[in-house]
Amino acid sequence: MNPLDILIQYWPRLLDGTLMTIKLTFLGALIAAIFSPMFALIRANASPVAQAPLRFYISFMRGTPILGQLFLIYYGSGQFRPFLQEWGLWTFFRDPFNCALLAFALNSTAYQTEILRGGIMGVARGEVEAAKAIGMRRVKILRRVVFPHAYRIAWPALGNEIILLMKASALASVVTVFDIMGRTRQIFSRSFDFSVYLWAALIYLCITAIFVLLWRQGERMLSRHIGSPSDSRSILTPPEGPKA
Amino acid sequence: MFEILSFGDAGWGDEILAGLAITVELAIVTLPVGLLIGFAAAFASMSRNRALRAVGFGYTTIMRGLPEILTLFVVYNGVGLLLNKTAQWWSPGGDNIEFSPFAAGVTALGMVFGAFAGEVLRGAFNSLDEGQMEAGRAIGMTPRQIFFRIRLPQVWRFALPGLGNLWINMLKDTALVSIIALDDLMRMTKVAVGVTKQPFTFYLFACLIYWAMCVLSEIVLAQMERRANRGIRRA
Repeated sequence: MNPLDILIQYWPRLLDGTLMTIKLTFLGALIAAIFSPMFALIRANASPVAQAPLRFYISFMRGTPILGQLFLIYYGSGQFRPFLQEWGLWTFFRDPFNCALLAFALNSTAYQTEILRGGIMGVARGEVEAAKAIGMRRVKILRRVVFPHAYRIAWPALGNEIILLMKASALASVVTVFDIMGRTRQIFSRSFDFSVYLWAALIYLCITAIFVLLWRQGERMLSRHIGSPSDSRSILTPPEGPKA
Repeated sequence: MFEILSFGDAGWGDEILAGLAITVELAIVTLPVGLLIGFAAAFASMSRNRALRAVGFGYTTIMRGLPEILTLFVVYNGVGLLLNKTAQWWSPGGDNIEFSPFAAGVTALGMVFGAFAGEVLRGAFNSLDEGQMEAGRAIGMTPRQIFFRIRLPQVWRFALPGLGNLWINMLKDTALVSIIALDDLMRMTKVAVGVTKQPFTFYLFACLIYWAMCVLSEIVLAQMERRANRGIRRA
């Protein structure tokens, strides 16, 4: 069959899959973004003993395949079925979407925590000291000084992590979530037309490209007070030179 | 609990060990393939030829943007179809050729590794000190000698951390081949789960093995980095 015919015949399914991929990625990244700032603060400031459990969790999440983590949650929960049923959690773990989302959120939390920790440690000590000197309280320093700068430093790496998460979300198809990959495999098993894989590849590349553009826009917004080096060079802007 | 993980007929230890052997074999065979593709991609994207540069850039960009599992399916199904079509054209009505899952795994993982490695290597070549190449030319070294004696040994030093990360990622990605029915660690675990009905125990065990391999890799890589950086003063 003509590649275009495949697209015309199956586009509602592919669109459905695309929305599912975006939903999985967005929610996974969002849940991770809610938990990672707190964890990153612990990683950056707490004593080694206090952060040992966190390091253990992060090391496990980074050292095992996401597929393994997904199976551990989706199939592994079956081993505790009576217990989960008793607690009313079984309906949650029976749904492959929930399991995939949980696995991706747990995984991404580990990565985002480490990225954000790097950002927090990259904030110059002087900035925090200045904030203390003018009498800001701890929470206020975090909200007004540390985190805005840390996110600016971590922003590109966080974008990379979300792209990686989007790619990893294709694994959800293995536990019968119908994302782009799931729909593609379904269509292929019916039509045996190889071109559907190429359409899927194109969709993934488009999502990545659009995301990169949006993320850059976000970066510009985060650093709009700095201004690009090309415009408005005043006497106040420091001369360009090798970054320290 | 330890009984089901023991060796012999009663336990699944030997089956899982056999799966682990496949996983390790797959990773070790993929590494040189991926490095070769990586060098090719790096040279293409640094080439003076504009078309070659576009090919190198296109390859690394596209491959890095696709889910690994999609690449695996494209290679497994696509090359399989292509082989069969060629076989049918060659001798109509003949037997279908099976494209082995192992070969598909090596090809797909190697292509992914190569795309990322291409970027790492390009970065490493770009961070070489230009003056050293000029010095090499000045004392009459041939381009070949300059490449093997000055550039390559130092590219190794710059690229090692990045390549180490890629190795660990690839080691984890080998788990994907279980989906195309290669009897690796993950799939043997699945088989064991099917019989014993203890999914959590076995998947946790498999994860712990992957974890151990990653931690071991990190230790070895740290050693290699220390060795590669011997004689270099830290800035």
